[in-house]
Amino acid sequence: MPFIPHTEDEICDMLSVIGADSIEQLFDEIPQHLRIKSLQGVPQGLNEMEVSRLMQSRAAEDGQPVCFMGAGSYDHHIPAAVWQITTRGEYYTAYTPYQAEASQGTLQLIYEFQSMMTALTAMDVSNASLYDGASALSEAVLMAVRGNRKSKSRRILVPTNVNPVYRSATKSIVHHQNIELVDVEFDTATGQTTLDALKAYEGEDFAAVVISQPTFFGTLEQVDALTDWAHANGAMLIAVVNPTSLSLLKPPGEWGEQGADIACGDGQPLGAPMSSGGPYYGFMCCKKAHVRQMPGRIVGRTVDQDEKEGFVLTLQAREQHIRRSKATSNICTNQGLVVTASTIYMSLLGPQGLEKVAIACHQNTNQLIEKLSAIKGVDVLFKGSVFHEVVLKLNKPVADVLNALAEKNILGGYDLSNDYPQLDNALLVCATEMRTDEEIDRYAQVLSEIL
Amino acid sequence: MLIFEHTTQGRKNIAQAPVVNGEVNDIPAELRRTKSAPLPELSELQVVRHYTRLSQKNFSIDTHFYPLGSCTMKYNPRACNSLAMLPGFLSRHPLAPEKFSQGFMACMYELQEMLCEVTGMSGFSLTPMAGAQGEFAGVAMIRAYHDAKKDFDRKEILVPNAAHGTNPATATMCGYTVKEIPTLDNGDVDLDALKQAVGPQTAGLMLTNPSTLGVFERRIEEIAKTVHQAGGLLYYDGANLNAILGKIRPGDMGFDVIHSNLHKTFSTPHGGGGPGSGAIGVSERLKPFLPLPMVTKENEGYRWLTEKDCPQTIGRLSAFMGNAGVLLRAYIYMRMLGKDGMQRVAEFATLNANYMMAQLKNKGFDVAIPERRASHEFIVTLKKQAKELNVTAMDFAKRLLDLGYHAPTTYFPLLIPECLLIEPTETEARESLDGFIEAMLQIQSEAENDAEFVKGAPYTMPVKRLDEVRAAKQLDLSWVNQS
Repeated sequence: MPFIPHTEDEICDMLSVIGADSIEQLFDEIPQHLRIKSLQGVPQGLNEMEVSRLMQSRAAEDGQPVCFMGAGSYDHHIPAAVWQITTRGEYYTAYTPYQAEASQGTLQLIYEFQSMMTALTAMDVSNASLYDGASALSEAVLMAVRGNRKSKSRRILVPTNVNPVYRSATKSIVHHQNIELVDVEFDTATGQTTLDALKAYEGEDFAAVVISQPTFFGTLEQVDALTDWAHANGAMLIAVVNPTSLSLLKPPGEWGEQGADIACGDGQPLGAPMSSGGPYYGFMCCKKAHVRQMPGRIVGRTVDQDEKEGFVLTLQAREQHIRRSKATSNICTNQGLVVTASTIYMSLLGPQGLEKVAIACHQNTNQLIEKLSAIKGVDVLFKGSVFHEVVLKLNKPVADVLNALAEKNILGGYDLSNDYPQLDNALLVCATEMRTDEEIDRYAQVLSEIL
Repeated sequence: MLIFEHTTQGRKNIAQAPVVNGEVNDIPAELRRTKSAPLPELSELQVVRHYTRLSQKNFSIDTHFYPLGSCTMKYNPRACNSLAMLPGFLSRHPLAPEKFSQGFMACMYELQEMLCEVTGMSGFSLTPMAGAQGEFAGVAMIRAYHDAKKDFDRKEILVPNAAHGTNPATATMCGYTVKEIPTLDNGDVDLDALKQAVGPQTAGLMLTNPSTLGVFERRIEEIAKTVHQAGGLLYYDGANLNAILGKIRPGDMGFDVIHSNLHKTFSTPHGGGGPGSGAIGVSERLKPFLPLPMVTKENEGYRWLTEKDCPQTIGRLSAFMGNAGVLLRAYIYMRMLGKDGMQRVAEFATLNANYMMAQLKNKGFDVAIPERRASHEFIVTLKKQAKELNVTAMDFAKRLLDLGYHAPTTYFPLLIPECLLIEPTETEARESLDGFIEAMLQIQSEAENDAEFVKGAPYTMPVKRLDEVRAAKQLDLSWVNQS
């Protein structure tokens, strides 16, 4: 029996201790007429060899196209040590560290993770992670509505250059609490959120303004001015940031005069494979003043009875298992294992390594822009510099072009037409540090043949 | 020592970082970082050694018996991990066209179908990333259902007082008020109180069955009838699905919606607190509201369902497809078990729990509801020990760590004083169960002879009991370079 160790003798013995005649008798409190005899729709079990064969063929079926797609999930190099250590049973098969004395490994690691995230974002405190970037933004919105003492508003200004699935997931999650996300249109020439666009809302009460750096289009926002506008108008500033970019770009803790109030985003670029969309993790950092409004688990450093340093889950009075219906959120999980991978990833690369990754992504993308925009029928849609993604305008429908690229084993980018119908034939492309000169040249070559 | 304290400035891992030529000069200075982030600088060996050593300070299923009630800490088969980490799966971009995704989508489609079968539901969405998010999706669908019928006066969710804390927290997140329903001494829901509580304001009832008290709710049909007659819907918290897998299905009990904690019943790893997965299933009437994305099968090919196919969906809850890698592990596990293996899960989880309960009872421990069968878990109450010896459930829990056992869930459910909620799972051999029982007896005898000794435990862990009050008052949440 797969994974069940009992021998026939043991079963008999255990039943006699219980005083039951059969295992079946242990279910005698369940109404008989509701019982099922078998699970018709489930196939017979496979042994390890058979299931390996099945999964190898399924994995091979999907191929491994050369990836020029970003849009929230990025193809980065992950050092070999990262997942080898992460999948050690002691991390992989441990539970939430509620028994602190028997979980110092996980707890110290999360404390180190929190320290790395505050270092990267220049914010005061970090939690132990949330589900993903989209859920992190939705929790940040809820947190701002709870925590902004200057505002009674349940409205949030959200530029439409923030990742559209983050906006849509946030809406699904927060609208039950009568919180409204108000769209702010981006500037059609630059893809940026302009101060003028925000000024249209001057004098109105908003709990927060969301700013994405870089934007979903890869373009860069004038973060200082936008942050200062939010604060001058009594709104909190929620920064949505790509963690890879933070080695190169000004961290949210330093935006404007006072810095962002909450910084969040998706941790995938820091050591998690693209893996069909998950598991990733959402990170969230904030100013110290707001820490008691922050959702999710938080690890603190303290001492034991002998004054020896140790780590515990702290501020649990915010959480659902204590506060029940009055908790800051219903969240109880963090993405512990992916955070483990990320912490090891950041440690292996160090500050210089991470900066090199950011620079290599930026330079590869610039090279991609140069090669692709030289093709007739391809234009860069927004002017201004980008981090590692860019929107191209094609002279043909993007879906057809992507299909043709796919025939040549190239994942050519993300078609923006569903999310932004107003942008005609717009394609979002990305080149991380993984893309070689040859791959970029080949993309340009194949694209020029298609157009 | 923290990894930051091992740092030597200027030490680099050349092998991990890309080669970079030249400077970045096209990003305006006011948008650039000026000081590099204070991150650790170590060699690869130092990093590997640090995190390997840290791992050794953890208890885990792979190293210790972990009878944590309500958490289903069963063995996580290694094949599920290695096959879910095949390069083809890891390198698949979540937005890759369907053409590059048929293998992955086939797994997801079959997982949806198998979950429908084992729960008795008509539709499943795999997108919720944890039990709590599954709960959110479930309650949001209940709300969407009432709203679609223009039935806007249902503002209340009923929750038994034995429920997991997430239930009331979720109801609040969905804009509902919460009314608690008392539990009888025999562990069943107080049906009279429920009948009093339901009415035109009732949106639904959230129930775990077997309950967190480790007993099967025998009058489930009457409960379902009561809630349905009042116009409410019935929500099944799947935390305890392991107890009934292949024996009875939530759909057949009358539930309209269920979340399944794949990290419990279907053995995906807990990973030190996540990632989990809270796949959500519904009966026919809630199907239009399921969260996206989902996979459908057409002409031997698979495609994603979008808002166009499902205009009444409650929407998206994650950026992509939920915790896809976790879903793959659950799929592999289910394929390995097959229909017969899945039925044996509940059988042996129940056998192990009832055996432990009988043995502990025989040896003088008080169990919370002695006249009932245990489901896959049961409760020992140490009220007597707390009163007579001044040794609490927490003291027992800490001393168990010294003896090589992860503590059961303590002080939950809140209804039972000084409780240990014990869930052995089906994958533990009898020796582990007997060893745990021996350990409990040893602690009992220690408590009788030298209570202070037990109260001082643990002694063999990397740290003794930690000052949690200080942790919350003098917040130290991240390392700051003092030098």
